[in-house]
Parts: sequence; structure tokens; C-alpha cells
Amino acid sequence: MAHAIEAEGLVKNYPGDVRALDGLSITVGPGEILGLLGPNGAGKSTTVKILTTLIRPDAGTAAVAGHDVLRRPGRVRRVIGVVSQKSGADPDASGRDNLVLQGRLYGLPGARARRRAAELLARFGLEDAAGRPVKTYSGGMRRRLDVALGLVHRPRVLFLDEPTTGLDPEARASLWAEIARLAGDDDLAILLTTHYLDEADRLAGRLAIVDQGRVVVTGTPDGLKGELHGDAVHVEWRDAPPGPLVREALGRLPGIGEITLDGRRLSARTADGASAVPALLAALDQAGVPAAAATVARPSLDDVYLRYAGRRLADAEPVTAGGAR
Amino acid sequence: MSALPTGLPAGTWWMTHRRLSALARNPAVLVMTLAQPMIWLFLFGELFQGVAELPGFGARSYLDYIVPGVVIMNAVSLNSFAGMATMDEIERGTLNRFLVTPVRRGALVNAGVIEQALSTAFQSLVIILLGWAAGADYPGGPTGLAVLVAAAVLIGVVLAALSNTLALLVRDRNTIIGLNVMLLLPLTFLSSAFMPKDLMPSWIRHVATANPVSWALDTSRGALSATPDWPSAAMHGTWLLALTVATVALAIYSIRTYQKSQ
Repeated sequence: MAHAIEAEGLVKNYPGDVRALDGLSITVGPGEILGLLGPNGAGKSTTVKILTTLIRPDAGTAAVAGHDVLRRPGRVRRVIGVVSQKSGADPDASGRDNLVLQGRLYGLPGARARRRAAELLARFGLEDAAGRPVKTYSGGMRRRLDVALGLVHRPRVLFLDEPTTGLDPEARASLWAEIARLAGDDDLAILLTTHYLDEADRLAGRLAIVDQGRVVVTGTPDGLKGELHGDAVHVEWRDAPPGPLVREALGRLPGIGEITLDGRRLSARTADGASAVPALLAALDQAGVPAAAATVARPSLDDVYLRYAGRRLADAEPVTAGGAR
Repeated sequence: MSALPTGLPAGTWWMTHRRLSALARNPAVLVMTLAQPMIWLFLFGELFQGVAELPGFGARSYLDYIVPGVVIMNAVSLNSFAGMATMDEIERGTLNRFLVTPVRRGALVNAGVIEQALSTAFQSLVIILLGWAAGADYPGGPTGLAVLVAAAVLIGVVLAALSNTLALLVRDRNTIIGLNVMLLLPLTFLSSAFMPKDLMPSWIRHVATANPVSWALDTSRGALSATPDWPSAAMHGTWLLALTVATVALAIYSIRTYQKSQ
């Protein structure tokens, strides 16, 4: 199998001249976690819906595990697991019953469906709650059950659509740990959509940044950050120093650029912040304007997003959250 | 372990199993929704006793006459809210969870039809028993009663399929509630549920003849009378069956349309 997911030029329009997808292309290799990062409305969920056979694109082609999603949706459904934004678990049924039924829908015989349900309940720490109705579960437990539901039939490709939205930090961390463990599993490919930078950074082996229905850049999180002009260095003084003195001191140092001085704060960019800071501090000392504090920041994915989408991820969020598409 | 293709019978069985388990967890719902037909049965039975004495009425007592009316009306009102449960499943993401599994679309609709058929049959039997306890007489015997239950199930499935279609296409609770409130009384009273057609003003009689609720009633009354009118029962039953097939097909079609529009 060459690619777990191969999508080419996907276009999807919604009534009212809404172009949800505008020629989106992605590929995901076996065993890879691809993070689809972008604000609400960028087209992430629409992509997932097309790849999971829920909706048909207006143009473009897509194959999942080698099966064409338009021509062989039945084949695709057998090899994918889907954890969508809405849970979909039966709130009145127990976690165990939900899992057993899910196994049955994939054609597992009774004993195997029950064994698989027990396995997953143990793996996701839901054994004690196995017999309780799902409506009594906490948000984090529900989400873990949703992931378990998506894994019942050991899919080749797993879709995680905004898996941690609405979870408290503790539940998020625990779900992240589970997802990270999944990645090691026998060649399971994962497509993860998220609008959390830290989530994409933590989980995705490779990222595709999506803006307005198309992928603007792909790469590993570190690779994308590395393409920016190095690290940010921030320097602070107790009182605002004389500007010309500071500029003169720093101007003599090699490899420091994009200097902006604002009152008693300065930021600059340099290829390798850790090795540049000692020389920078020494130069300021010599010039008679010793710094009170200096920090080095690795470029964040937010910087990456800003560079490729032309705005900050937080600014790209619609003010009134429309439905997720 | 790769998943096996799930056939229509297996899929239908498991989706039905799920719905019946839900019903078994909360059987009170079935009994509670019977309160309304009880009121119709006993209130109307008392209130309109005198109607039976009208010349040309036919039945021995008004209670005898309205038991089929209440059974059919209950089937109509119970099932016309089926779309509300479908709305829940759409909003909760349950429908989409099933649509991305290999389960056949037909299985999802079939399971709904079977659940509605079973709960309608159960409630119909309860109404028949209570009517009997109150002194109603069913001259058509077990055969007639079986036809009555079958007709109730069919008209129930028709209404449920239409209600589900509405839920899938319009996806708005208020529309479902509004239409139900607007249509329940006309559908029932512009039928032969509470008054024989021969005693109706002629315009109502014409409307009633075209009303599927009347088809269900004519089918059952034809079979329930002391001298069964089998040709009428068979004719109206056939119309009803054809309508059932058409509306269930519409519900299956609307699942596909739902998929296109989300």
C-alpha cells in the first residue's frame, strides 16, 4: 500500500456561495500521523467528511487505503475508523454495549466482539465504568470511548476530527498520551484535524496547514519552524536604554537581525538563539547598558501559520463561531 | 482482523437490537404514551354514546365503533413523532457514526420500521384489551382484530417514514411539531375514525375517502364486522400497503439526500 490517504484537488461548495474546499490535496503514508491544522471554517471537517464517505466532493479524487472513496465507499468504510467532533455514542447504553454493537456492525462474531470490547475498555481505562450508561461519563471518558469505538475493527486509517475540543487540560493530556501510543501501532495511519497549535505540535509527525479550503504548506513541525528565520531573542532592561547605544552594540554582532526596540524591551531574530545570547549580553555590558533579562524562544507554529496564511491562527477564528465544516 | 461485509439482514438485526434494547431500558415510555388514547377511548365512548342511536349508524354501540378509531388514531399520533428521535440521532452524531460503518442504509431505515411496528402493535393490543374490558364487542373475532393491528402498523409506518423524511430533509424540530399539531386532528376527524362516512356531509366524505387514515379504518372495519366485507378490506388494505412501500422508499431516499446536504 503506497498511501493510506491520497486526496487530489478536492473542491466542495455549499449553498450560498460558500467554497469550503478549494483544491485541497494531501497524502498520508502508512503509520503516519498527519495533522491538518487550521482555523474553524478552513475546510478540515469537510475534508474528513469526504474521506470518510459521508459527503461527495464537487471535484477532485480521493483514495483511502487504496480504495476510491467515490467508487468504492463500501470498501473504504470497512478499513477506516472515525472519531468525529460529535460523539455519536448511545448515551443511554453502557460503554460496553456501545463497543459490542460497533463490533457487530463490522461483522465481528459475538465472542470476538465482546473480547475486543473488553480489551479496549481496559486499554482506555474505562473498565470500572464499562457497565454504566455513557451519559454518566465525564467529557474525557466519553472522548476515550469515542476513540475506542473508532478502533473496534482495527482500522488501517483512523480519522480524529478535533478530538480534544472542549476537554479540560487534564483530560486533554491523557487523550494526547493515548493518541501518541496509537501511532506506534501496526501501521495505523492517522489523520488528525485540530485548531490547537500545541496539539498539532505534540502529535503530528507531519503537518498540513489549511487556510480557506487549501493546503498552504506541509512539513514536519520542526522543519516548518526551522524554515522561519531562526529563533526569537527577547531582551529586557529595568529602564529604557538609549536606543542608539543599543543598536550600535548589537550592530557589531554577526547574525542578528530584525531588531526592534520598544521602550525597555527588545526583540531580534537569530539563526541559533542559544549560542548568540552570551555574546549579545557581553556586548550590551561593554556598551554600558547591561540587560536585566534575556529569553530565547523557538519559533512556534503560530509563527509558521502567520508566515504561510498571512495572519495569526487566533485572528483567523471567526468571531461568531459558525457550524464546523 | 479486517471487517466482513455486513449484509442487510445482519445489519437490520443489530440496528433493531439497539432500538429494542433502548425500549427495554425504558419501557415506561410505551405505557405513558397510552394515556392519551385511553382518554379518547373512554371520554368519546361516554360523550358520544347517543351517536350509535342515529339511523344508519350500523354498529351496536359507539364504543364498538370507536375502538378501531382510537387504535388507528393512536398509531398516527405516536408515529408522527418518530422524526424527533431521528433529530436526536442526527444532532448527537449517532447517524453519522453509523453511516461511516459498513452498515447498509436500508438497515437503518428497516430497524426504525420494525421498532415502530412492534411498539404500535403492542399499544394497539392494549387498547383493544381495554376496550374489551369496558364492554366493546369485536364481532370479527381474532381475524378481524389481527387485520386491525396490521392496519394500525401500516398507517403507523407511513406516518413514521414521513416524519423521518421531514427530520432528515428539514432538520428542524419545530417544523415536525408544527406539522404534527396541524395535521393530527384533520387527519383523524376527516376520516371515518369517529363517524361513519354515510353520516358525513358530502365534502367531508370525499376528503375522508382520499384520506389514508380512512383506508386503515376501512380495512379494519371491513374485517371486524359480524359480516366481514372482505373486498373493501382487501382494496383499502392494498392502497395502504402501496403507500407504506412508497413512504419507506422515500425515507431511504431521504437518508441519501441527507448525506448530500450536510
